[in-house]
Formats: sequence, structure tokens, C-alpha cells
Amino acid sequence: MVDKILLAHGSGGKLAHDLVEKSFVKALANPLLDKLDDSAVFDVSGKLAFTTDSYVVSPIFFPGGDIGKLAVCGTVNDLATSGAKPLYLSLSFIIEEGLSFRELEKIVASVREACGEARVKIVTGDTKVVTRGSADKLFINTAGVGVIPEGIDISGSNAKPRDKVILNGAIGDHGIAVVSKREGLSFATKLKSDCAPLGGLVADMLKASPSIHALRDPTRGGLASSLNELAQQSSVSIRIEEKKIPVREEVLAACEMLGFDPLYVANEGKMIAIVPPEDADKVLKTIRQNKYGRDAAIIGEVTGEKVGRVVMKTVLGSHRIVDMLTGDLLPRIC
Amino acid sequence: MKYITEFRSSELGEGLISRIQQCSQKPARFMEFCGGHTVTIFRYGIRQLLPPTIEMVSGPGCPICVTANADLDKAIALSQIPGVIITTFGDMLKVPGSRSSLEKAKAEGAEVQTVYSTMDALDIAEANRDRSVVFLGIGFETTAPTIAASILQAEERGIKNYHVLSLHKVCPPVIKALLDSGEVELQGLVCPGHVSAIIGSHPWEFIAQEYGIPCVISGFEPLDVLQCVEMLTEQVEKGESRVEIAYKRGVRPEGNIMALKLMERVFEPSPALWRGMGEIAGSGLKIRSEYQRFDAEADFDIKTEPAVEHKGCICGDILRGVKTPADCKLFGKACTPENPVGPCMVSTEGSCSAYYLYGDGHGG
Repeated sequence: MVDKILLAHGSGGKLAHDLVEKSFVKALANPLLDKLDDSAVFDVSGKLAFTTDSYVVSPIFFPGGDIGKLAVCGTVNDLATSGAKPLYLSLSFIIEEGLSFRELEKIVASVREACGEARVKIVTGDTKVVTRGSADKLFINTAGVGVIPEGIDISGSNAKPRDKVILNGAIGDHGIAVVSKREGLSFATKLKSDCAPLGGLVADMLKASPSIHALRDPTRGGLASSLNELAQQSSVSIRIEEKKIPVREEVLAACEMLGFDPLYVANEGKMIAIVPPEDADKVLKTIRQNKYGRDAAIIGEVTGEKVGRVVMKTVLGSHRIVDMLTGDLLPRIC
Repeated sequence: MKYITEFRSSELGEGLISRIQQCSQKPARFMEFCGGHTVTIFRYGIRQLLPPTIEMVSGPGCPICVTANADLDKAIALSQIPGVIITTFGDMLKVPGSRSSLEKAKAEGAEVQTVYSTMDALDIAEANRDRSVVFLGIGFETTAPTIAASILQAEERGIKNYHVLSLHKVCPPVIKALLDSGEVELQGLVCPGHVSAIIGSHPWEFIAQEYGIPCVISGFEPLDVLQCVEMLTEQVEKGESRVEIAYKRGVRPEGNIMALKLMERVFEPSPALWRGMGEIAGSGLKIRSEYQRFDAEADFDIKTEPAVEHKGCICGDILRGVKTPADCKLFGKACTPENPVGPCMVSTEGSCSAYYLYGDGHGG
């Protein structure tokens, strides 16, 4: 028995068939997937949301998750940002030859676990194996569909002046957890990635207020970049208060050491909600009752001045611009 | 005590600001030497909070920014020599030299690896014995001891293919040059925190004594900077000029003796080229002849074309504190963090980058 993935596992022959059967279909079994047709066939009714994302995180295992959990949560959360109830996902693996079966199985198990929690099914998939060096261990692509309930109209271009900006918890956990395990940079921290499927949280929020204007999950580029996108898409300005943004002490410390600003560090379990002022307290209360929203806070509001800008009131009471992330985050040299 | 949130406290900040406002009567211009301080000042909007009597100007304390094009060209030329692996801190990649950058050289096939510590560069050399690994030694007194340590380690571990291009600079001579030029008149100096953690407070004494300028060594949190401004203001109002340490948790008057000894053992003072200021005597660190085999300049035949400056770029003037990014025609138009023309836009500690990211300091 080979304990590593070989090129032959992606060839379409017997080994490939075995890999799909034993490693994927068995673990992720459901009636739609079990049919093993080239496309999944299912009924849906209502307005559909459709999204896709690719996952290339390094390292593939990090505190609080792995690339499998991330691939499910990321796509579920992208669906949730349009208010959709996530339903079905596709799952494509691009595997670098030499990945161990043990690692692959661990990742498929966390895909299964995340799907269970998010109440979504993997209904179709694909596997390719590439030569050493053509990928870094494992890349995953997922696409997903979900149904948007009647009466929901959520878009990044819907933010209106006076709306409140709500965030469901502390920022920067994912980025710092991943970086803490990165080769050449590793440091000890108890911090875990916040990687989580937020479909349930968004469903609760929509029950509290069906008139939520915009939702966004601040992943790469962090809170700052997502707020800038929202401000530009909606042609409004967003004012936030530094004091109200939850950040863990460990994240602050790691950011100091690495020369990062937590506002730009990636999250995988955070949601920004732009909510009409009259519904803000109700939505906040609902978020706080969810396990992914205990530390939720109203961090600012939408205004009509200086369109497309994000301005932050600092802890000292002064104001400064919060721009988009430019380039990669790099550590300081002195 | 966690050393972060305490130094970002709103309440203590308000107290310091009101003390500065009450104390400040005479007009005063303070220079924050260090780019790290510039970032704190912009990130926390500190200029807005100071009374109109106090003006803050940014100084030349950003090691990437002050690296001259001629030196950047040398690093890029080294990357073109077959068999050479360049190792560098990440910030250097994007900095444009006269004609290219390390990032572009890398895209065209040069081997350039980003490291987070000089010891990583040493490991790369050990793993690639058939190649020459050159570390770009750019930085002030803060990084120089770690590079000295890497050279001593290389010797101990018998790693013969490790080299350093020493472009290190030391801080006190450039301040002297700046003050002697008469271009900027200062009533106070916010002295660098990390540099002083190595060299201590004594090397700044000449500024207080010979030039009559108050000096306070500051940390990098917003309350550190406010406390430093308060201490400078107090000296100005009392007509005193002394060197004080506000950053007591990081700096001792004698500095870090062990780090200083390491530096002294491996390096000797030399002239160095500073962007915007030209050559300044005694402001560089050259590898001593005993360790010449680790010196990239001695070991390689580095050929460069004459350096040219970026047209329209006023980084040099900005580094001397005589102009601000707002005075630059390229700022925010031809020169942005994505497509930087000058180094002050590239480095996270550069003035142009701080202006661009955080606004003009007046709340956007």
C-alpha cells in the first residue's frame, strides 16, 4: 500500500478511481454525490447565489483549522454575504505528488466536519495530481450555490448614510495564526484561526432584521480593505472608532513584532454588517447570542461626506484615513 | 503589564495632550528622527492633537529611504552575478535603484530570497555550499549587531560562501551633518528608540551640549511619543537642553554593551552615502580587514553604471526635513505604494508611505 499520493492517482485510471471512492465519496457521502455522475442534478427554487474561491494557504495545517475547513467556510461565508442559505458545494483538489494519505484524509475529514456544521453538501468534485513543484502540497477550489430568502436585498452597494457598522468579533486571529506557523517566521502563540462557517449566524441576523443593507467577510486585506470596498461600492464614507474594534492582546503583540496593522490582517470567521440605525441594537443582540458573535460590537457608522473614504477616530481622539491594503504585509527591518 | 494597551490608553493620552497644551508657549519645531516615530505620529493622528505652537517634522531615520541609488545599484548588480543568491529583509525588494529593483531582477530570473533573520541567510548559505549567498546589510545600529553576529557565526560554522554587502549606517553623524547644513532649525529632537537601545544615550549628548537642542529618546507607542513631546516642550519652556530617556523600558544610558562589542569587533567606521545628503564621514560601517573574506564588496567584482536619480522625486529633500510629501508633484499620482518612484513611498517607515496611508495628518 502506497502511503503517498502519486501522479497515477490523478490519471483517471484505477488508482484515481480508488482515491475518489475511498478518500472522498466515502467520507463525504450524500445521495447527490454518491451517484458519481459528471454533474450533480438538484432542484432549487428562488433566487440563487453562486460563488467560487480557490485556497492556497501555506501551511495547509494551522492552529484552529486546515485548508479543508477553510475551503468550506470561505465559500459558505461568501454565499452568506448575499444573505443566501448555502446549500451545495463543489470540491476540487489539485494535489502535489508526494502528499501523504494521512494528511489528505485529515483534510477530507475536516471538510466533512465543516460541511456538517454549515449544513451544506459536497455534490461534485475533481482531483488532479501535479508533479512536485507545480503546486505546494495541496490547492483546493470550491464553488457553491445557495438560495436567497424572499424579501432579502443585500449588496455591497446598498450602504446608506446613518447605517451602523457591526462586526461579530475580534480581528486578525486567522492571519496571525497562519503566520505563526510559517517557515522562517514561526513563533509560539496560543492563538487559533477564527475560521468558521457563518451561514447560521447570518440566518439569525436576517431573522432579527430582514433589511440589513450589506454584509462582507473581511478575509485577505482585513477589515480595512473590506470597509474601503463597501465605501467605494456604495459611494459613501465610513467612520469607525479604533476603541470599539475588538482585537485580542495576542494579535496586538504579534502585530507589533511583525510590523503589521491588525486592520489589515486576514480573518476567516468575521462578518461586517451594514445595518439601518433603527435595527442596529436588535441585530447586535442577536449576533452576541451566537457562538461566533460573543464579542460583536458596533464599530462605526456610514456617512455621506467624502465619498469612498474610511476614516478612523484613533484611541487618542484624532482622526486618520484607513486605506486599502497595498501589496503584501511585510515585516519591518529595523 | 503587557506593554501595548497601556501605552495606547485614551485617558493617559488626554492627560498628556492637555499638559503639552498648557505648557507650550514658545513656538518650537521638533524633528522625529526615526521613521518608526513618523508612522506612530500619523497612525494616531498626533499632529492634530498638538497646539499650534508645536511643529513636527520628519527626519532621515528610515534605513531603506536613505540608501543611495548607487548602493541599490550595487545590490542589483550582485544579483546578476551567476551563482549568487541574494538574501534580504523583505522591505528592500520593491525599492527602485537607478534602473531596476530587486523585485524586477527577481522576476527576470535573479535569485533573491526574503529572510526574517540574518541566521536564516546563514542557513541558506550552509544548504547551498556551491553558491555564494550575499546578505544585504541595510540598517542602522539596530540591525548591525545581528549582522556582525552572523559573520562571527559563519566563521565558527566554517561557512565560507556567506557574504555581506555592508551598507550600514550610524545615526549621530547624520544628525550632525543635518544641523551643520543650517537648512532646518530645530528646537528639539525625538531621538530614535531602537537605535538608542543599542548605543545608549551618551552619543546624543553633543546635540544638547554643542547645539543647545533638547533631546529625548522615545519609544514607539502613541503615549511614548506624547510623553517625549511633553518632555521636549518642558525643556524648551525652561530654556534647557539635556538628553533625557523617555523610553526607559528599552534604553539604558550605556546602551547594550554586548551588541556594541560585537559591532566593534566586526565593523569599523567609514564614510557612507546618504540619499539627499551625499557622503557623510564616519556615518557608515565597513567590515574590518580581519573579516574581509565575508565582505561582498571585496570578494566580488561589482560593476555598476553611474547612478541616476529618479526624475521629479524629492525623497532627498523630504529626508532632510526641508520638504514634505505634499510638496512633491509625483506624490499620489505617479508615485504610489503600488508603483513607487522613490524609496520613501516603499518603506513602511517612509514619510511618503505614512502620508499616503494615513492621510496628511489632519484627519483626511
